[in-house]
Amino acid sequence: MKYLFEIVCVLLIIGIFVLTQVVGNQFYFFIGFVILQYMVLATAWNILGGYGGYVNFGSAGFLATGAYTSVALINFLDIGLVEQIIAGGAIAGLLGFVTGYLTLRLRGVYFAIATLALAIILETVVAHWDYVGGAAGTSILPKRKPELFDIMVVDRKTGIFANYKEFLFFLMGTVAIISVWIARYIENSKLGRGLNAIKDSEEAAECMGVPTLRLKLIATTISGAMMGVAGAPLASYLTFIDPLSAFNLEYAVNAIAMPMIGGTVSWMGPVIGALLLGTAQQVSSLWIQSELNLLIVGVLLVIFVIIAPEGIVGWFRKSRKGSRG
Amino acid sequence: MAIFIDLLLNALVIGILLGGFYAALSIGLSITFGLLDVVNIAHPTLLILGAFIAFFLNSTWGIDPVLAGLIATPLFFAIGWVIYQIYYNAFEKSGAESLRGLAFFFGLLFIIEVGLIIQFGVDHRLVEAWYIGESANIVIGSEIDVAIPYRLLVAFVVAVAATLAIQVYLTRTFFGRAVRAVAQDMMALRLMGVDPIKVKRIAFAMGVATAGIGGALMIIVLPIEPSVGRLYIGNVFAIVVLGGLGSISGTLLAAIIIGIAESIVATFFGPSWSPAVSFGILLAVLALRPEGLFGKTAGAH
Amino acid sequence: MTRILANRVRVWLLGGLMAAAFVFSAPLATTAEAQSKDPIKVGFSMALSGALAGGGQQSLVAIQLWAEDMNKKGGLLGRPVELVFYDDQTNPKNVPGIYSKLLDIDKVDLIVSGYGTNLIAPAMPIAIEREMTFMGLFGMNANAKWEYEKYFSILPAGPDPAVGFSEVWFQAVQKKFQPKTIAVIAADAEFAQNLKEGAVRNAKAFGMEIVYEENYNPKTPDFTPILRAANAKKPDAIYIASYPNGSAGLVRALAEVGTDAKAVGGGMVGLQFAGIMAGLGPMLNGIANYDFFVPEPTMNLYPGASDLIDRYQAKVKAENLKVDALGYYLVPWAYANVDILGQAVQAVGSLDQDAIADYIRDNEFTSVVGKVKFGKNGEWDRPRTLVVQYQDITNNDLSQFSKAGTRKIMLPADISTGELQPFNDLRK
Repeated sequence: MKYLFEIVCVLLIIGIFVLTQVVGNQFYFFIGFVILQYMVLATAWNILGGYGGYVNFGSAGFLATGAYTSVALINFLDIGLVEQIIAGGAIAGLLGFVTGYLTLRLRGVYFAIATLALAIILETVVAHWDYVGGAAGTSILPKRKPELFDIMVVDRKTGIFANYKEFLFFLMGTVAIISVWIARYIENSKLGRGLNAIKDSEEAAECMGVPTLRLKLIATTISGAMMGVAGAPLASYLTFIDPLSAFNLEYAVNAIAMPMIGGTVSWMGPVIGALLLGTAQQVSSLWIQSELNLLIVGVLLVIFVIIAPEGIVGWFRKSRKGSRG
Repeated sequence: MAIFIDLLLNALVIGILLGGFYAALSIGLSITFGLLDVVNIAHPTLLILGAFIAFFLNSTWGIDPVLAGLIATPLFFAIGWVIYQIYYNAFEKSGAESLRGLAFFFGLLFIIEVGLIIQFGVDHRLVEAWYIGESANIVIGSEIDVAIPYRLLVAFVVAVAATLAIQVYLTRTFFGRAVRAVAQDMMALRLMGVDPIKVKRIAFAMGVATAGIGGALMIIVLPIEPSVGRLYIGNVFAIVVLGGLGSISGTLLAAIIIGIAESIVATFFGPSWSPAVSFGILLAVLALRPEGLFGKTAGAH
Repeated sequence: MTRILANRVRVWLLGGLMAAAFVFSAPLATTAEAQSKDPIKVGFSMALSGALAGGGQQSLVAIQLWAEDMNKKGGLLGRPVELVFYDDQTNPKNVPGIYSKLLDIDKVDLIVSGYGTNLIAPAMPIAIEREMTFMGLFGMNANAKWEYEKYFSILPAGPDPAVGFSEVWFQAVQKKFQPKTIAVIAADAEFAQNLKEGAVRNAKAFGMEIVYEENYNPKTPDFTPILRAANAKKPDAIYIASYPNGSAGLVRALAEVGTDAKAVGGGMVGLQFAGIMAGLGPMLNGIANYDFFVPEPTMNLYPGASDLIDRYQAKVKAENLKVDALGYYLVPWAYANVDILGQAVQAVGSLDQDAIADYIRDNEFTSVVGKVKFGKNGEWDRPRTLVVQYQDITNNDLSQFSKAGTRKIMLPADISTGELQPFNDLRK
């Protein structure tokens, strides 16, 4: 079946929608949102980092760009969540393009450090931008009864979703599935193969006629946009946002660690990594009543990368090959 | 005008001293990351471990923090030895790219941090020493008074001494040259009958060993709690890259440039812009000279 | 063959480690031991790691002391009290999940907040949606936008917290020195920025000219250039709104560079912490700062507070807890946070959240932080911050700070134990 994957995607989106209607316990939407957000972030990182070999250390900066675009637009136009996601993706995509353009000559660790520097500069700028709360942060009140195309989206009785968390969960789930679809599409396309060639050897790729600069620009733009999309609903989820939480190191760490754990060569890697590490983080922090939760996460990280240095996906492929031979 | 000169002189002096302090934090990373290509993102947290050991020795027996840092150095050498052994077996042996190590070192960062919380608690800690809170004043005329805080001066002197020692060791001794060769040509080393893994292990342990003294300097300069290390990840990597990978003296100079920039900005333009300025310098340098200020190899690494 | 074996070993290893992780985590995961009668569960998130963990860990011990007290007295509504809490890692992102788990999985009966505004705010929409009474610990204006009628704040800064927090400092300084110019230095972070905003408004109200106003980045390692730049404007007073790192850094810079300002301090968070006080020692002399509770004899208007602090200190010592050894800063307040809620539940006689909130809104409470009456937005109806000046500190010994005399109260006047002196008169 040619479109099997697409059909599964659509079914999954429908499945997520059904979940929001059936599951009564809100808690699962909360942790589900967090894990799905990481899935988008990890998938976005992997397009540039996994396929192209360009490590983005400033994922938090792109995510925060999405989040703060939302905040600015909420303050300015009081727009809804779907529009926020689109706008957040657009602005972060633009940032990705600019980043790609400015760092075209940089490779390896130099690129990684440049993205980190960019995130820190952005954080400083946001801390000075009082319109979005500055360093003190700002509270965001989600709309009581948001509408989209005149359809009541969230309302306890008449809305599609009974409450805001269900709506957020559904949106993030949809975004995650679309992101994974995009990643898979890129992986199998000319762009993905070109990025892989760049990863192996940029000089060789250039000699072979791969338009390396253009591909890198496209990849940074798409990756940045997806990270912005992941960040745009953050303001509505937290209802309070300040630079410290939006530019949290945790995002940069997870954006890298999740694909690493899952495997960077395939779209499945970040998905598995986000599910595994994201769940482990949530479970350990929500079932262990002390600071030991961080220890579990640390130990898991070390164990996973030591046992499976090529990621879970790579590990399984190896196992399969191994048992055949 | 006199006030301006006074401020400028003070900003320069503090900036240079602050740069020395930054160099002390980055020099170990300049070896492990700059020379050996190991993305040791846990280095700042190892510094915090060093800071807490200095705190422990200082608060229990009243040992001077710098001395405490020196005492801790062999311990950190051993820690570095073990870390590299694990890292080598898990990643380098199988030829995995250095990037793979990133997640490993993130995990290590969390483990050390929790260990510190369990052992020392989460409170801010400071050390006591005669040179903390005192300063030497150089008075020129009636208007100019340059104050040199001893705690920064101590950090500066120790950092410069450590940098010079490492630099001399790497350029003048056989083993040092072997370390530099490891970064460039493993094969040649093997032909010379040197085991490159052994060389890398010792060099990595040396880099980590600097966290003992670097941590002690850290707690001399500012109060420490277990999560402070995370804040410095950006700074130390930026300085190492700015100085040029593999260049020890470049790291020192880059640290001083950042120190002066931050100090000048804090004095004349408002301290909240300091991080943007130092990372802006980094970006600008990378745009013009992708290999860093004092790096020798071209962009690719 | 060997390869197959190697893979088997790998699978076992992975499986074994996962299993070990779960076995290891299981005993840790047990909540407070099950008690015979159906307990009343009180849930909250708390910063047990990360930047605010110093305050969070201290608060946790205080809340645990409260639960012990309640259970000794026969519980709440005759039912034992059980605490359910999780580490938010000082990361707002963890907070919504934690409160959802508390309410949906753990089925707690009452909730209180974690420590600090940015960890209170993310819990607000959940509290509002579930119509829970919500007590906030040291939140600055956390309810200003929401205007939730069942939120109550434990922060003695009055109905306009940003202004109320520093008003009394400006009164004290104005009375003694009548400064014409003032420098304002603040950390680039949430709480400090709110303090600064209040301080700027107070400075204008008291007719002081602001000659220097700058924010510093929280990771600034050295503060001498900042202090120098402020000194260059020759301010009569310096108001500082800082976090622990900056507070300690600025105190050291003051020792190294000095200043001609007559009053220095104001909103320096962290100078109340045991480790920092002991570490800075005599360098603190002369600083005039806000505080909430100090071991001065006049503080007995807070009934039971010194007794509570004694018990806290004894517990910390006996159980070798790695938390603030003195506990003046947060212990009474974290205790009051749950205590007032408990008093309301007891008075109402049920867990009806509306009734509890109505009771808290309409009544004056007496707790370990004295008399408390809530006003608009659940903030206190009047401020009661203290202005203290560090005096007569001779060394770095921690125990001197648990005796009267090192932090003398300047204002409020009715409990004053000392006279504000010029900063430099108290330096050696």
